[in-house]
Order: sequence, then C-alpha cells, then structure tokens
Amino acid sequence: MGCPAIPQAEGAGSMTGSGSDRPTLWRIGVSPREAALDAQGASVLRDIHELGLPDVARVATTRLVLVEGSLAKDAVERIAASLLADPITETYTIRQGGDDRSLPGAGFDAAVEVHLKGGVMDPVAGSTLAAVADLGLAVDGLAIATARLYRITGTRSIQEAELIARRLLFNDCIEDVHLSGFGRHDPRPEHLPVAPVREFKLRHIPLRELDEAALRRLSRDAHLFLSLPEMRTLQTHYRKLDRDPTDLEIEMLAQTWSEHCVHKTLKSAVVYTGEPFPPGSGVRQAIDDAGRAKVTYDNLLKDTIARATHELMTSGRVDWCLSVFEDNAGIITFDDRYAVAFKVETHNHPSAIEPYGGAATGIGGVIRDVLGCGLGAKPVANTDVFCFAPPDFPMDLLPKGILHPRRIFKGVVAGVRDYGNRMGIPTVNGAICFDDRYLGNPLVFCGCLGLIPRDRIHKAPRPGDRIVVIGGRTGRDGIHGATFSSAELTDTHADEFSHAVQIGDAITEKKVLDAMLRARDHASGCLYSAVTDCGAGGLSSAVGEMAATLGAEVELSEVPLKYAGLRYDEIWISEAQERMVLAVPPENWDTLRAICAAENVEATEIGTFRDDGRLIVRYRGTQVGDLDMHFVHEGIPKGQREAIWPAGASPSTTDRRPATVENLLRDLSALNASSKEWVIRQYDHEVQGGSVIKPLVGPGQGPSDAAVIRPRLDSARGVAIANGMHGRLADVDPYWMAAAAIDEAVRNIVCVGGDPRRTAILDNFCWGNCEDPRTMGALVRACQGCYDAAIAHGTPFISGKDSLNNEFALDPADAARLAERMPLHNNRVRIPSTLLISAIGVIDDVHRCVTMDAKRMADGSSFYFVGLDVDAWPRVDLARAAALHRGVADLIAAGLVLAAHDCGEEGILMALAEMALAGRCGIRADLGALDPLAPVVTGYILQSPADPQQLAARLEGPGLAVHRIAQPADDLAFTWLCRDGQFTTDVPTLDAAWRSPLAW
Amino acid sequence: MTDPKVLILRTAGTNCDEETAYAWEQAGARTQRVHVRELTDRPAMLGEFAILTLPGGFSYGDDISAGKILASQLTSHLADAVRSFVATGRLVLGICNGFQVLVKAGLLPGPAAQAGGDPLADQSVTLTHNDSARFEARWVHLRSSRESAFLPADTVLAMPIAHGEGKLVCRDDTVRRRLADDGHIALTYCNADGRPGPYPINPNGSEADIAGLTDATGRILGLMPHPERHVQPTQHPAWTGSPPACSDGRVLFECAVRTARTL
Repeated sequence: MGCPAIPQAEGAGSMTGSGSDRPTLWRIGVSPREAALDAQGASVLRDIHELGLPDVARVATTRLVLVEGSLAKDAVERIAASLLADPITETYTIRQGGDDRSLPGAGFDAAVEVHLKGGVMDPVAGSTLAAVADLGLAVDGLAIATARLYRITGTRSIQEAELIARRLLFNDCIEDVHLSGFGRHDPRPEHLPVAPVREFKLRHIPLRELDEAALRRLSRDAHLFLSLPEMRTLQTHYRKLDRDPTDLEIEMLAQTWSEHCVHKTLKSAVVYTGEPFPPGSGVRQAIDDAGRAKVTYDNLLKDTIARATHELMTSGRVDWCLSVFEDNAGIITFDDRYAVAFKVETHNHPSAIEPYGGAATGIGGVIRDVLGCGLGAKPVANTDVFCFAPPDFPMDLLPKGILHPRRIFKGVVAGVRDYGNRMGIPTVNGAICFDDRYLGNPLVFCGCLGLIPRDRIHKAPRPGDRIVVIGGRTGRDGIHGATFSSAELTDTHADEFSHAVQIGDAITEKKVLDAMLRARDHASGCLYSAVTDCGAGGLSSAVGEMAATLGAEVELSEVPLKYAGLRYDEIWISEAQERMVLAVPPENWDTLRAICAAENVEATEIGTFRDDGRLIVRYRGTQVGDLDMHFVHEGIPKGQREAIWPAGASPSTTDRRPATVENLLRDLSALNASSKEWVIRQYDHEVQGGSVIKPLVGPGQGPSDAAVIRPRLDSARGVAIANGMHGRLADVDPYWMAAAAIDEAVRNIVCVGGDPRRTAILDNFCWGNCEDPRTMGALVRACQGCYDAAIAHGTPFISGKDSLNNEFALDPADAARLAERMPLHNNRVRIPSTLLISAIGVIDDVHRCVTMDAKRMADGSSFYFVGLDVDAWPRVDLARAAALHRGVADLIAAGLVLAAHDCGEEGILMALAEMALAGRCGIRADLGALDPLAPVVTGYILQSPADPQQLAARLEGPGLAVHRIAQPADDLAFTWLCRDGQFTTDVPTLDAAWRSPLAW
Repeated sequence: MTDPKVLILRTAGTNCDEETAYAWEQAGARTQRVHVRELTDRPAMLGEFAILTLPGGFSYGDDISAGKILASQLTSHLADAVRSFVATGRLVLGICNGFQVLVKAGLLPGPAAQAGGDPLADQSVTLTHNDSARFEARWVHLRSSRESAFLPADTVLAMPIAHGEGKLVCRDDTVRRRLADDGHIALTYCNADGRPGPYPINPNGSEADIAGLTDATGRILGLMPHPERHVQPTQHPAWTGSPPACSDGRVLFECAVRTARTL
C-alpha cells in the first residue's frame, strides 16, 4: 500500500520505568451501549469509506482509562460507574493489567489502540484525577492516562487496518499504536510511562575554538538555526568574555535571535533591483537605462510598514492608535474608557506535523498574546484563516512525511474549534484558500481581539518585582519551538521535531484568564506591574523580554514541572502552553497568590528583577547562565539581503469567459469560493452574546463580508473584523497582491457598516526561503505595496508577524512524481508568497450595520455596481479606491443602503449570485456593457432605494462609476442580460452549487 | 418588592456567565457570580438567593463527558443545599452545559424515584453526542409545551444552540412515558411555525425533539439552547432584514423574575 510499516512500540520507549515493584495497572474501557449511540464510530466509518475502503462495515469506539496505583477493585468499580461511564448510554469493563488479549473480540476483524506517548499533555487524564479525588478516594501516587480503542468490522487484512490507523486514527509524533487481529497482537504496556531522571551537570559549549565548519555544524546539529555571521558574533562575544558559554546561554541567544522572535529578515537592510514601482508610489527609486529600478532600504519593516503607521499618526490623519508594534498586540481606541487589542499569529510548522495540536496551540498562543498585551486584554473574538492543498489531492501523489490535506484540514478545524469553544471566545471571521503548493506547508493564521481598559495599556516591571509564573507547568514537549518554526521542513521533520509539538489544554488557559482579569481589576489597583505570555522559547524569551533593560535573577528549580527529571536548560527554554509571567511588587504577592488559589491556578515565584541589565540564572543555587541583556537583545548582527523582481514580468491578463449559467455555477462551486459552512458551524460564534453580524447571514445563510461584535453589551459601539488575501496575484506581482489584499480587507469592513477612517490593519507574511533573491524580491514588492496602500487608505498597521522558510524539501523520488503537477524549486515545494491582511474597524452604532443578503421585501430598490470607471485589473488607482471606500461608508452611514457586498476578484455576477442565495431572493439583472465574470479591481454591489443620481452625488471625486444593474424579483428566478446573451437560472440552483464542494 | 437575587455558579471552563448575568439584569434581577469552590466552602450562602443559574461553557473542559465532573461535585458536596433550595420554592436554571450538569446530577427530570443509593446512578436520561458527531452552532426554534415558573405555555421562541453533546436519550420506555405524562418536557425543537421536523430543525437527534426539561414542580428548568444570546434585537440573525417583534430569550428571564418576585 506504499506506506511504511508501523513500528511496534516497545512499551512507551525510553519513558517506561523498570516496573516490577510498581502498583497494578487497571484498564477501564467505556463503550456506547449500542451501535446506534456510537456517533464517533459512525464518523470514523464515513472517513474510512472516503479513503476508498467501502467494505468496512462498522467501527466501534471505546474510551480507555488506565489507572495505576494501589486501588482496590471496588474503588476502581466506583470510578468507572459513577464517574467515567454514562449510566444511560454507556457500559464499562474493568481489567487488571494493561493488555486485553481478547481483542479484537467477537464480530470484529481488527482492533487499533492509540496511546499518547510519554510526556504528551493529556488534559482528560488530569481532570479525571482531580475528579477521582473529589469522590473522596485517596489519589496519592495514583497515575491516570487515557487511550482510544477502535474495533473494525469488514477490514481485509492487518495491513489494511494499519493503513486506516495511519491515515486516520493516530499520529506517530505524539502517539503510539497497538494493533490486534489477523493473528497479530501487539502487547500493550503494563505500566504508565515515567520520565527518565537526568543528573544535574553544568555543561559548557567549547565555542571559542571552533572553526567555520564546526560553527555551521553546531548551528545545525544543536537546532540553533543561526547563520555563520551570527555564530561568529557569538564566538567573538565569548572570546572577549574569556570563557565558553553554557548550553543554556547559547540556547537562549539562539532563541532570541531566531527568525521567529526577532524577524531579522524583515528588519534587514535590503538592496532591491528590478521592476520599477508604479508612479505614485512613496518609494525613492533610481531607474537605470535598461528600465530597472534600484531601491535601498535600511530596515525593510521600518521603511515600509512601520513608516506608514508613523506618517499617518504624525500627520494627524489617525489619532486613535494607542500602542503599535511594541507590545504583543496592537491597540486602538474603542471609546473613552476602553481600547481594543488585535493580534494575528501563524502556527504553520506545528500544524503540518500535528494538525489538531498545532492549530489548538496556535489559537491558544494568540489568545495569550492578547491576554499578555498591556496589563491584560480580555479576549472577545477569534479569527482564523487557513491555506491548504485541495482536500481531493490524489492519495498516490502524497510525498513521504506529509499528511494528506484533507486530514490536515479536518485536524486544524477540530483544533481551533476545541480550543476556541472551550475558552468561550467566539470565532467570528475567517477564510480558507486552496492551492497545491500548500501541500507540505499548510498555513494556519489565528487571530484574537481583546478589550482592555485604557488605563491598563502601559506596563513596566520595576527592580525588586517578583517574577511569578502562573498556569501550565513545564514539560519536555516544547523544546525548540522558536528555532524549529524558523526552519525549512523535510521528510524527516516529524521525527526530528516531535519534541516541538504540543497538545493544548484550554481549560488551564481559561483559568489563567479568569485569575488574571481578577488581579488586573483588583479594587486596590492592578496587582502586577507587567505581564507577558510564555510563547515559543518558554521562560527564556518571556523573562528575557521583560528583563530586557532591568536584568533579573531566576532560580530554575522553583519552576513547576509536569514531571521530575528535566534538565536546567530544558526548564529554561521549553515552551509551556497556558502560562503567563508576571512582575509582581512584593507587597501584592500574597493577594495575587490568594486569587490564583481561589481560581485553582498554580502561581510560583521564581526570581526577582534586577536593575543592572544582567540576567543571572541558577539551578539549585549553582549559576548556569550569566548574560548581558544588552548583548542578548541588541547584539545580533544586522542582516543584508539582496532582492530581485525581474523587470517586465508583470502583470498578465486573464482570458475572458462568457457569462453562461455553466460558468457561473462553476465559479460558485470552486473550492475557494464555495460555502465554508461545515467549518463555521463548528465554531461557537455567539458566545459572550456580542454577535451583531455573524459569519453566515440572511435567510439563505450566505457568506458575510465581515463580522461585527459588540464587546460591551451595554454599549451600542461595535468592532468590525475582516480579512483580505489575494493569492492569485502572488505570481503576477506581489506589489499589487498587497494593494489588493488591503483593498479587500477595507472593502469588507465597509460592507458591514465600518469606516475606513476608523480601520486598522495587521500584516502576516508567509513566505518561502528569503535567501533566494527572487523570493526576497517578492517580499520587498509586497512591503512597498503595503506602504503605498496603507497611506492611500489611511489605515495604519498596528501589529504584524512573519513566517518564512515555508518550503518542503522532498525526497527525490517524490519530487519526480510531483513535478508533473506543480512547480518545484530544487526538489522543494515552495508556498505561494502569502500575505494576509486582517482589519478591525470601530463602529459607533451597530444599529447602522448592514448585511450582504439581498432584501426581498424591498419594493422599489435596485442593485448598483459601484466601482472605478477605469479598471485595469490588477492595477488599481489607490487614491480613487480610497475615495470609493469612504464614499460607500458614508452612503451606508446615511441609511441609504439595504445590502452591501464586496465585489472584487470574483466579478460582478458572482457577487450578485451570492446576495441572491443569501437573501433567498430572485434577481433580474441587466449588466449592459459590464463584463459579468471578469475580476474587478475594486467595487461593491449595493442594494438601495435611492436613485443613481442620489448615490453619485454622495460619491465625491473623479473616476467613480455608479451602474444600476438589477432589481429584486418576487420569485426565485435569477436572470441576467449581458453582452453574452440572456440567461436564467434560479436561487436553489445557485445555492446547491455554492454548497456542494465542502458539504461534509 | 426587592429585585430577586441570582447566583450564577461558575467554575473552571464556565464561559457564558457574564452574558447570562447581563440577561438576568435586563429582566430586573440582581446577580452575583460565585465560584463553585466558594459555594462548597459555604453552602449556606445559597439562602441569600432566589434563583440559582448554571450557565453554559465547558466545565472542566467537558473532560470525561459534558458536565460530568461538575455534576459529580454537586452531588458530592452540594446535594443537600440544592435540594433544600428547591424545596423552599426557589428556582434553578441550567443552560447548555448547566443543563448537562443538572441531568447528570440527577436533578432533572427530577428526584421522584431517588430513594437512597448514589444519585448519579439514578440518572434517568442523559445528553450525549449529537448525531452529527460534532459541535454545531445554529439558530433553532423551540416550542414551550406547558406553563412553568420560567415559561408561558404554547409559545414559539427563537434562540441559538452551540453544543456537541445535546442529544437527549432516555434510559428506557418507562422513562420516556414518564417524561411525557408527567409534564417534564418543557421545550421541544420545532420550525418557525411550531411544527417538529428532522435535522436541522431537531439539530442533534434528541428523542421526542426534547430541547429542555423541568422537574415535577416546574421550578427547575434545563435547556440546551441559549436564551441569554437572544435578549437584544441585534443578536438575532435576521435583524438587518426582517427583524422579529421581540427578543425571545427575554421572555424566559422576565417570566422567571416575575415568578421569583412572588416568593
């Protein structure tokens, strides 16, 4: 079947203890009482059929709970009966010992049993242990783990069962599998895994003597991922200090200097040559005789994206930015008392390897960014945007080391769902894009919006403040998250970096949130002077960041651990989910500790902030690190990059297609345009009660352009949230891609009633390897496009993030097969340069908001196409586009618009069709000379009772066009007259086409 | 007459407590959010309240099964306090996860048959995985079948659901009959005209389209849908088109506050 055999796990590998003197393991199995109640089994069965195995007849699921400890049988019985099994729908079995040799059991052909590997987070086990204690049973020395058992009827061989297991039921990098059936029985472990204890031994790295080759080797083998100049800078530093660094020091420097933490590519000095930027661009370019432009940037980020914000603020066009680029999230004014904080992160590499855990910890991480912004913002909405290869990608073309896109898709959605829903944060906006080139590097963007009192925005630790960690404990499951996310993926990455993959525990984070907000809003004032989240890089980056100017001293043996035996450097660098670091004035420590205790949150003091800029790290009193914070944060040598975008390569035109019914239905059912309802409904988008414009709108539940929430239920003020992304232009010209993404994000905000003059944006760049000048050239063009468009629209960037090296190195045989389907670069799949623009707009009165569904009962209203009179897609006149958006925002604010829908890349007819299906409302259109299916550079469809003159009068400025194109019908017919002829279909047909591809 | 006081019970993973407090306050009640730890330490504090609310969320992550661990805590530590609270005529409302807790603690459909033994073992119905095997958020219609402390009779109400384990299953036919005959079925899923139907009208596969139950007195109500998410006009999905005449969730909170004022 072309997939390698599953290694038979030896117990749980190195994590298994010696065992003979250890207490008994009880194996409790909880199963649905009858097949009809096994919804999970039925769902797995559908997935198996989709794999192309229609003969499998039944899957029965069992939850296994393994309890180890000195418990009597009746106590185990009590746990099973009154806690684990539902008395109505489930039955349970109890066995002494870890194995069940009777598997797969009567009526089944094979059994697949999945156990978590040692050290992987098991939130259910933790909750179960607490609940057992609550039953009044003694839990000292008791250990609990959970596992899953699937029994299968109708499979033909153990190899087929293995295939099912590998494709659907377990993930090598966090789980072990045990099979039974067809004469095979993998023995199950007889004891729960125990972590190995490592002796304390201080290690130094002999850095000073290394030659160039050895420095490179050290960088790669120790997973530091530093460049040679960076390694040399470290070497020079330690030669000057006349000593070798400890391993902890090197690890900390590598993390702080990683692409993930310091964004060195975007901040590097760049020389760009090639295609000139269009007239009107704010760039200073010199053009040579051959028509090639040359541009020099000192710091790409500062000279483009940050410059736009700076200029908008200093010119007075924008006076509502409160904190930009400096904190974990950007902050803008909401009202007199509150502000909103917004951040979007990516979690691409972990999601490629373990989609569920990767996506869940992605959303968990961005929530902590917002919670750790200022003195803590309360998360009020989440967003998510994904890029995958198509879910119907041929199974036989799938390269080694890559999970199938359908599985990644389902896993990612489940991860975001389970984490976001448990946190009680509505997931209100998102998008999904499909392209073959996301095969090895799926993109997972997670965003979070928070509400923060304006007097809680500024923070600064003070010398003498205690360093307090609250929330999740540290394990080995988060080592090298920051450096790993900065590396290219290969077919062996799953093995090499399984230690960087974590499983989330949303409830621990929810408890941290509850405790922190109580401490923030304490009657005597905020109980801490600063806070930050523990992201990739763990304590090393969190404490390192907070102590950047002050310095600090830390005792690592105080840090709470998931299990004994971690080395000091592991404690320092391992990422712990669900954890925050606070700077607590000594006089507040007791009060804070009491609040944490009341919320069942662990809070531990691990050190003190100093005042001399030195960071001293100790383990059981022995010094294991002594770092100069100035060198840590400022010592990194500045990068120099070369960037090229060949002149004359852009842009291309697309072929014109006639606007037939067939072509319209094909466009509606294209993966990128089709309904994402299957995903949206799995997210709770209404928790907290603030939902004003939902992701699906109208009686036909069509696609909303943006979401609006009301973060304070007692105020009519709201926030619109939208995004823009324009993958199609990545290969044409990233400059226009960036301009189009910003334009789309702004248009989406306007469509629901937002105002571009109150809209802020965020950038997320996901790029390939920028050592390649052409890839770097794409980045430069996109950044310059960001600057020019942000200035034109008056929308400041308030925060951003980048994820580079999104390439997958294939093994040569796989590369040969894939080359026929997609472009490769040196046997690498490189993602299309992807820029996500996320936007938030503050709305004064949500009662003025509109939705995109055509309104049926609106007699006398018409549909208008409002756009630019010159459309040279993808080139847009930025100033005119900005005037258009302001004009449409004013029309909506004046109450002249019944429905508004974004009209862009997908063309006018498609936008009308979406309005019709959302409103369950027929439409009769006469498009005149307009091209119905051609991409539009920027525009809107508005349903309005006003006449064209009234609309035109309010759209000031030259170059704007208003066309009356349609009327609502009182039946479900959808007809259009255009230069290609007269065509008729109906709303149910449109609706079915739009829903078909992802109606899972 | 003073405004009735509502205790909103929260614990790790509760996440609808603030909007539920807002809904009660809009209806004229005063609210206090109390952590289960605080209530366990001082069960007598229940005496200060007219209404106990178990709001939605994922108590303890819904680890093991939805609402199970909080239900176990209630029966271990608060069974007597809650029983005497109800016995003195006061009201209990469980929404979504709160409904799951009440069912798994044996408080709904009601204590009639509970003579001794572990009350959890005496649970007679349960809420289990939706037929779709996944979490779903969507708006539904509900029909109230009888008058109770919380609801007028024979009314159709619109509000959203958001759950993965909302399918009501009875232990056996005897229980099924008793629910119908003794008036325990407070709310059923229906269409806008009040008539029952298949998925998605019944969004999870609940037996007899049951969306909410009361105990024999009508003073304990549990329901899967979220009335607190429909107390403002802009929460309704059609408000920009053809908005409904009233925000249906308010009906429930206002009716309960009226009842509580007579206590």
